Amino acid sequence: MKHTLLSALFVAALAAPAFATDYMIMAPAAPGGGWDSTARSMQEVMQAEGIAGSVQVQNVPGAGGTVGLAQFASTAAGDPSQLIVGGYVMVGAILTNASPVSLADVTPIARLTGEAEGIAVSASSPIQTIGELVEMMKADPGSVSWAGGSAGGVDHITVGLLAKAAGVDPTKINYVAFSGGGEALAAILGNQVTVGISGVGEFLPQVEAGTMRMLAVSTADKWQGTDAPTLIEAGYDVNVQNWRMVAAAPGLSAEQKAAVSADIDKLVNSAGWKSMLETKGWANTYLAGADFDAQLAKDIESTTVVLKDIGLVK
Amino acid sequence: MSTFDFLLQGLTVALDPMILFYALIGVTLGTAVGVLPGIGPALTVALLLPVTYGLDPAGSLIMFAGIYYGGMYGGSTTSILLNTPGESASIVTALEGNKMARAGRGGPALATAAIGSFVAGLIATLALAFLAPYVVKLALVFGPREYFALMMLAFVTVSAAFGDSAMKGLTSLFVGLALALVGIDQLTGQARLSFGVPELLDGIEVTTLAVALFAIGEALFVASQGNTVVEKIEAVKGSVWMSRSDWARSWKPWLRGTLIGFPIGAMPAGGAEIGTLLSYATEKRLSKHPEEFGHGAIEGVAGPEAANNASAAGTLVPLLTLGLPTSATAAIMLAGFQQFGLQPGPLLFATSPQLVWGLISSLLVANVMLLVLNLPLIRLWVKLLTIPRHWLYAGILLFATLGTIGMNPSPVELGMLLLFGIMGFAMRLYCYPIAPVVVGLILGPMAEQQLRRALAISQGDWTTLVATPVAAGILLLATLALVVPLIMRMRGKGALLAQLASEED
Repeated sequence: MKHTLLSALFVAALAAPAFATDYMIMAPAAPGGGWDSTARSMQEVMQAEGIAGSVQVQNVPGAGGTVGLAQFASTAAGDPSQLIVGGYVMVGAILTNASPVSLADVTPIARLTGEAEGIAVSASSPIQTIGELVEMMKADPGSVSWAGGSAGGVDHITVGLLAKAAGVDPTKINYVAFSGGGEALAAILGNQVTVGISGVGEFLPQVEAGTMRMLAVSTADKWQGTDAPTLIEAGYDVNVQNWRMVAAAPGLSAEQKAAVSADIDKLVNSAGWKSMLETKGWANTYLAGADFDAQLAKDIESTTVVLKDIGLVK
Repeated sequence: MSTFDFLLQGLTVALDPMILFYALIGVTLGTAVGVLPGIGPALTVALLLPVTYGLDPAGSLIMFAGIYYGGMYGGSTTSILLNTPGESASIVTALEGNKMARAGRGGPALATAAIGSFVAGLIATLALAFLAPYVVKLALVFGPREYFALMMLAFVTVSAAFGDSAMKGLTSLFVGLALALVGIDQLTGQARLSFGVPELLDGIEVTTLAVALFAIGEALFVASQGNTVVEKIEAVKGSVWMSRSDWARSWKPWLRGTLIGFPIGAMPAGGAEIGTLLSYATEKRLSKHPEEFGHGAIEGVAGPEAANNASAAGTLVPLLTLGLPTSATAAIMLAGFQQFGLQPGPLLFATSPQLVWGLISSLLVANVMLLVLNLPLIRLWVKLLTIPRHWLYAGILLFATLGTIGMNPSPVELGMLLLFGIMGFAMRLYCYPIAPVVVGLILGPMAEQQLRRALAISQGDWTTLVATPVAAGILLLATLALVVPLIMRMRGKGALLAQLASEED
């Protein structure tokens, strides 16, 4: 009720050009999370820039986005006005939940934003470099406890990839899953665990305040705001980006898909989106078309392998 | 400058007419969404976030905080009057509050909830201002093993506080624990007892279960009795206002509730539910009228309501001092801070003192506003109960269903609501207590996860559970709470305990 009311207010306030398409964006998560704020930022910019007449956001939370994805795939088929937001977390969730619906059942349009994973310890920890940490893992993988997000999520996958790259048995890693960033951060700050892994943005304020030390970031290039080395620089062949994407409904014609892609392209190149990314602190990692499809296929493949290695997927 | 000077300076920010106006919007909206089941403070703040983009940071953050406090206030109203808790933090309030309302004491129940919330909000906000740096140190001491110990204490005290028959109480508790297993296991990512239904992967929503058992079960039960029962809901018996003895019985629970709620709210894995449960158990144990519990004891409303508001202030401690969001609403407030380019965390007090102290001061202002807004409304609210019974229960059914759908628009959720409603009806029919089921669903997963996390960190060494003084101390307390009554009873000592025991069985 409140939702429609607010949307209606929004439409009235921002009376957009009459010819633009209307969109309904599904955020397959509860309000407040990353996917929800991505969807709501898209809504705001698409309306303000006149890319779409009216945009509504619908939240369908559950199971790493797979509940929303399943609902989207079955109800939105063939409807070019429906979009869904998703991300790398979904790739893992589809595999660990043995979800009957996968990203092959929707039409991925583009990667919008991304963030590096950061590996950090509390400032009082004796561990100074990522090399020391990996040596500890090699000596006794169980002695290094990792605090991160849900099991099988991007944090867990990154730890698995690092273990593999360092020649440590990935089934032996001691990964402790916490719900929500706050709890994991508290466990790291309180020295309850050896090391923490999460999106870089979550650690940066602590690093600035001197309460935590960033050991490494997971992307191919260094991350803005920290001079911590990349895992590749440190000698481990791991390149992970926790990306967020937008997908359209399944069963679209080539023209319909092209029209949606054009609208997303307009969105990403608009001034409004750029300033939105800046205020949110998101990195623009826009990738569309065949390049995105290839990257997606690669991510799905490496994730499947590592989840099997960790033992989460049979 | 001392904390006190900062607070005074903050008050000058908070008393700015525009800021006052934002605070007023916040508390009004918050109360409204608290009353409506299904729309919680988290969703409201999320929806308002894009709207406030153009406003100034201080005003909109203060509005969000008002919504947060207001939501905690409003949640108690439906719990007490309709037995339909709008959010998990007000489930415990329904236990005694609704019984009071049905005995014509809805007015005093709402009043003690409102004033208790005010007292707790006031003390906890002051504690936030003066004690935040110390409380946060305490919160960081709590790791998985300490949380596990805390959960054990909660289990022991809370299960002792429920029911007339230990056998039936434990049965209910284990039903709740079994339901708690449904969904993805957080530590391994594997699905348990979800039978291939994707909606079950995230487990059973606490509020859905509570609303189904309390409200739907109740409505079915009343309907099944037909017109044969004479039990009549009295809207108002005696004064709408609190009597002298109500005051006398309320003030200590308010203070104790605050004392319990604030630190637990400040703990990253604490949450408001644990505080309300512990407060309820404490009040039952300390009450001079334990026999009234289960039949509308005012202490059972005053304590938990104070605890839930104190925990709302407690949540702001790690958010403002460490940048740790420990509840859904806090997470969205964090997003709000970031929207204005402010990074909550260890540096916030240093980089934007004006904003932080303005926020803390306006919480004090919002708290006063809430009391002024809510007390006069009580007269209006209790009129709800004068609605003829068949209409009232039809309304409750509608309200409960709408709330559940509003929170999660899925047919499976609705199916669960009805199924658990029938379960609640059956439990009422055979006199099984209902609250322990909800308690099991809340505490079960927390205890399990914290235990397994602790053991993962220690690599399977069970002695880790007593390796720190805090964990060992709490576990000892829990053991004592469990064993001492048993020993006393076995030795036949203590007339009071024997009498209590005979009442229990």
